[in-house]
Amino acid sequence: MAGALLEVDGLTKRFGGFMALNRVTIHVNPGERFGLIGPNGSGKTTLINCVSGSLPADGGRIVFEGHDITSMPAHRRTRLGIVRSFQIPKPFRSMTVLENLGIPLENAAHGRAAEGAGAMEILGTIGLASKAHLRPAGLTQIEMRKLELARAMAARPKLLISDEAMAGLSSAEVDDILTILFRLSAQGITIIMIEHIMRAVMRFSERIVVLDAGERIAEGTPDEIGRNPAVEKAYLGE
Amino acid sequence: MFSWDLLANAVVAGLLLGGFYAAVSLGISLIFGLLDIANIAQPAFLILGSYAAYVMNEAYGLDPILTGILFTPVFYLLGALVYRVYYGSFERRGEESLRGLVFFFGVLFIIEVSLSLKYGVDYRLVQTGYTGKSIEFGGVGIAFRYLVPCVVGVAMTIALYLFLGRTFYGRAIMAVSQDQGALRLMGADPVQIKTIAFGIGIAAASLSGALLISIAPVIPSTDRDYIGRMFAITVLGGMGSIGGTLVAAVILGVVESLMSTFFGPSWSLAVSFGILLAALAVRPAGLFGR
Amino acid sequence: MRHTAGTLLVGLAVVAAGIAVAMLRVNPYLYFAGYVILQYVVIATAWNILGGYGGYVNFGTPAFFALGAYTAVVLIQWIRAPLPVLLLAGGLVSALLGLGIGYLTLRLRGVFFSIATLALSIVLQTMIMNWDYVGGSRGLSVLRPSGPPFGNYVVFLFTVMVALAVGAVTVARFIERSWIGRGLSALRDNEEAAECMGVPTLRLKLFATTVSGFLLGVAGAPFPYYVTFVEPNSAFAIDYAVNALAMPMIGGTTSWIGPVIGAVLLGSAQQLATVTISSEMNLFIVGVVLVAFVVLAPEGILGLVRRLRGR
Repeated sequence: MAGALLEVDGLTKRFGGFMALNRVTIHVNPGERFGLIGPNGSGKTTLINCVSGSLPADGGRIVFEGHDITSMPAHRRTRLGIVRSFQIPKPFRSMTVLENLGIPLENAAHGRAAEGAGAMEILGTIGLASKAHLRPAGLTQIEMRKLELARAMAARPKLLISDEAMAGLSSAEVDDILTILFRLSAQGITIIMIEHIMRAVMRFSERIVVLDAGERIAEGTPDEIGRNPAVEKAYLGE
Repeated sequence: MFSWDLLANAVVAGLLLGGFYAAVSLGISLIFGLLDIANIAQPAFLILGSYAAYVMNEAYGLDPILTGILFTPVFYLLGALVYRVYYGSFERRGEESLRGLVFFFGVLFIIEVSLSLKYGVDYRLVQTGYTGKSIEFGGVGIAFRYLVPCVVGVAMTIALYLFLGRTFYGRAIMAVSQDQGALRLMGADPVQIKTIAFGIGIAAASLSGALLISIAPVIPSTDRDYIGRMFAITVLGGMGSIGGTLVAAVILGVVESLMSTFFGPSWSLAVSFGILLAALAVRPAGLFGR
Repeated sequence: MRHTAGTLLVGLAVVAAGIAVAMLRVNPYLYFAGYVILQYVVIATAWNILGGYGGYVNFGTPAFFALGAYTAVVLIQWIRAPLPVLLLAGGLVSALLGLGIGYLTLRLRGVFFSIATLALSIVLQTMIMNWDYVGGSRGLSVLRPSGPPFGNYVVFLFTVMVALAVGAVTVARFIERSWIGRGLSALRDNEEAAECMGVPTLRLKLFATTVSGFLLGVAGAPFPYYVTFVEPNSAFAIDYAVNALAMPMIGGTTSWIGPVIGAVLLGSAQQLATVTISSEMNLFIVGVVLVAFVVLAPEGILGLVRRLRGR
């Protein structure tokens, strides 16, 4: 599939004897809104850990914009434009919200900083401007999630991987985060959304891949996935 | 230099030493292996136990093992108190890693220096009725001085194993380390369970300290020799596995004994730390990783 | 740039003041005590680059310090190398060890790293104790070179230590205010997040362990000439391990001035205490102060000051 932004080819990851990913292949196109779903323990987080470089892959290939990044350290992948947020927010606790954004601006967006928005602007678009000088300890759940996204934005992603940014949020808050993600998508950023909240993934994604027990079991539009009996079986069990 | 006799003696001495090392490491296996609390002050409590045995022996002529057992409640309470301070100051605030480590380092230092202030830096040893005795099997001597601590050590290991597997509090301690959800289902308060486990860990250290002072002379700074041994055994044993602790302790005992027999005693300490570094390198699995 | 020039001026002024003090012929004990306090400024500052900025707690300070001292011993024994060579060589050898423990951080984080550094210190001490060329466990007498450039030799060493302290603090301050210091804070707060935000964590850790090791080695290199009798128990003294982390903790770990405050306060107190009460009592006090600070004032004196100003 030429022209794909991210190509994951036959990716395999084992933990001891446990096969976490078994030759998983996915392609993500530029500008796409891509959903990745699957039951707990299906390998979603392992997959994005391998893509972002937090975990080394045991087999297969990861190609981003034509570069083979399979064995590239995580910080260099970030500099290329693959940026992730964390399911459990991992802010830099000793820094203010603004300083949190300073880290990716200084380290990842290097050279590209001039083109994009500054830290304050990013906080403005995400709705955290009034909290710029607070420490993360003073933030609410949703503000913490927004900080995750804001910090990822400061790294100037071409591909943003949002790992369960909405888990545990209220319905209104989910809509809030969705609005932000739609806006980022409109700016041309490719987004992979990993999410348990079906309503959100179905609404957001143009295309969805389903993982189960480390294998890819389905791919399609939200409608096709909703009607797929294999997916239903994976979620509901036998 | 080499003879089969020497080898056999070294191996047997190492096995006996291993039983004792198991006793020494049970507490830290519980505290560090299961509760994930990096209590590097643990060896200081070991030495504190040694001095308790020494003082009681000097004053009343008590057997060190008896003192060790009598003092377990005192050390249990001391341990519980230390954990409460640790919990209140670090764990509850989620700052346990860096400052908690420094806290325990300070506690280690305070105990060590207090002991040298009170008792000086002379070597102390407690003689018992069996200290000089030994039996021999075909050229291999077994000194009671090592045999008794080894037997007590193995007994402690079995007792702790049964406690963790068969009692409510034991299972709750296992649950604290693995499955907080199950703990809630049991209706147990994690802080209370950790306090109990920490207290038991410190009590176990103090009892092994009483064993230690009947094996070899002790000074306040002996604790530093045991930091490496304790952590080497815990990591090598697979972080909190009680059976693993025993096996790792025996391995360390035998290797140290061989080194000291064939290369000289000054190298035996470097062995334990060398094994620790090697064990850390293959972490987190250890030999019996959970 | 103006800041850098200012710092340079302040540094030069401190060195000049040090030389002026050296010229005054006050009680010679003051130089002796001053040397130790300044040595602790270097040690605390060096420890803080890795521990305070990067969050990797090094319990093995004595290993680096003693490695610097013993490198000097070897060079003195072998070719009677001059002091500048000793400083450089001591620093470089310890820097190499620092680089080594930097690679350890690939596998060992948090507590495991700290325990490994402790183990390293004891393994190294055992090796030195079994090495006869440098005196083994009995120790070795070192003859000071005759005719220091000025004053007597202790006064000269004191002046050298003033310069080393200024140098160490300048390096720490520079690191703290650059992207390296900010990157280190990020990885201290959360290493995985830092890496994913583009911070080259491994490179920064290697940098921090190497620089920290270098400074600790440099602090240890003049030690043989200072004590004139080197033995493993004093070169690997646990005092270094405790003070190295107590001083920054008491002063405050997030800024270069913290370790300086801690070293000056705690170092002076210890020097006074050794004269007036026993040296064990003084170590006891260090331990209690350390624990009191981590429990009650986790951000050290700097944190207390900041809190007072904030109100």
